[in-house]
Amino acid sequence: MPDDGRLVERALHGELEAFEELVRRHERQVLALARRMLRNEADAEDVTQEAFASALDHLEKFRGETSFRSWLMTIVSHAALKVLRKKNSLPTVPLDEESLDGLPRPEFIADWREGPTSLLERKETMRHIQEALDELSENYRLVFLLRDVGELSIRETAGLLGLTENNVKVRLLRARLALREKLTRVFGDSTARIAPHAHGGTEETA
Amino acid sequence: MKCEELLAILNEYVDGEIDPGVCEEYREHLDNCDPCQVVVDNIRKTIELCRACEPFELRPAFKTKLDAALRERWRTRRDCRQR
Repeated sequence: MPDDGRLVERALHGELEAFEELVRRHERQVLALARRMLRNEADAEDVTQEAFASALDHLEKFRGETSFRSWLMTIVSHAALKVLRKKNSLPTVPLDEESLDGLPRPEFIADWREGPTSLLERKETMRHIQEALDELSENYRLVFLLRDVGELSIRETAGLLGLTENNVKVRLLRARLALREKLTRVFGDSTARIAPHAHGGTEETA
Repeated sequence: MKCEELLAILNEYVDGEIDPGVCEEYREHLDNCDPCQVVVDNIRKTIELCRACEPFELRPAFKTKLDAALRERWRTRRDCRQR
């Protein structure tokens, strides 16, 4: 099976089937990111179509320095943020640098009962992930989606959201910690839970 | 290194962007601190799960519409170039 880079070359040489194969390979992930960012089915489909149309228009600009998936994710993120801006659903940009002060300490600490691969085979896993993401504030949700789901760099995420790189890092850490807490309460083995007080945080352990 | 310090640079560690000297200290702490070890493992699984999460299927009607729109755009581009 040809890799994405080869398919791009073939598409640039006029092979429609090669472009259609690229769409087939990535359409579900593009739609999934759009859906999670926009939380509206119709908007997510519009943005998915717009993203692929834009990818087609700018295909010759794809240089292969990043993966095709990553390039597409940047395009769809950009398109989704444009919709959010139009609806005034984007959080305001903070004037000050955010800090790590008052970082919430992990409370529910336990190994997960199953690994991600086996969890993905269960229908309810999707619902738990969606609920955990929905509970995050928009500030944290968008940073997490762009960085950890779209796999954009810190710099790209900062550029798209109009934030400083430092603020992206702080929000990402808070988002990851919040999601870890929520998902570990669902997927963690409560019989193997380590009490939070054992996690002291002030003593030297090494 | 204290647990709180470890938490503050957790992103850099998980993303493999940590300074090698600090990374050594981090690992030493993890070797001696079960709760931190579990938290780091939980974080990695959280990211993996959200990233790899089974993508949503396209509605058949939307898939048809998407393919038709892209084919139309493909033809328009080709016609423009041939002119």
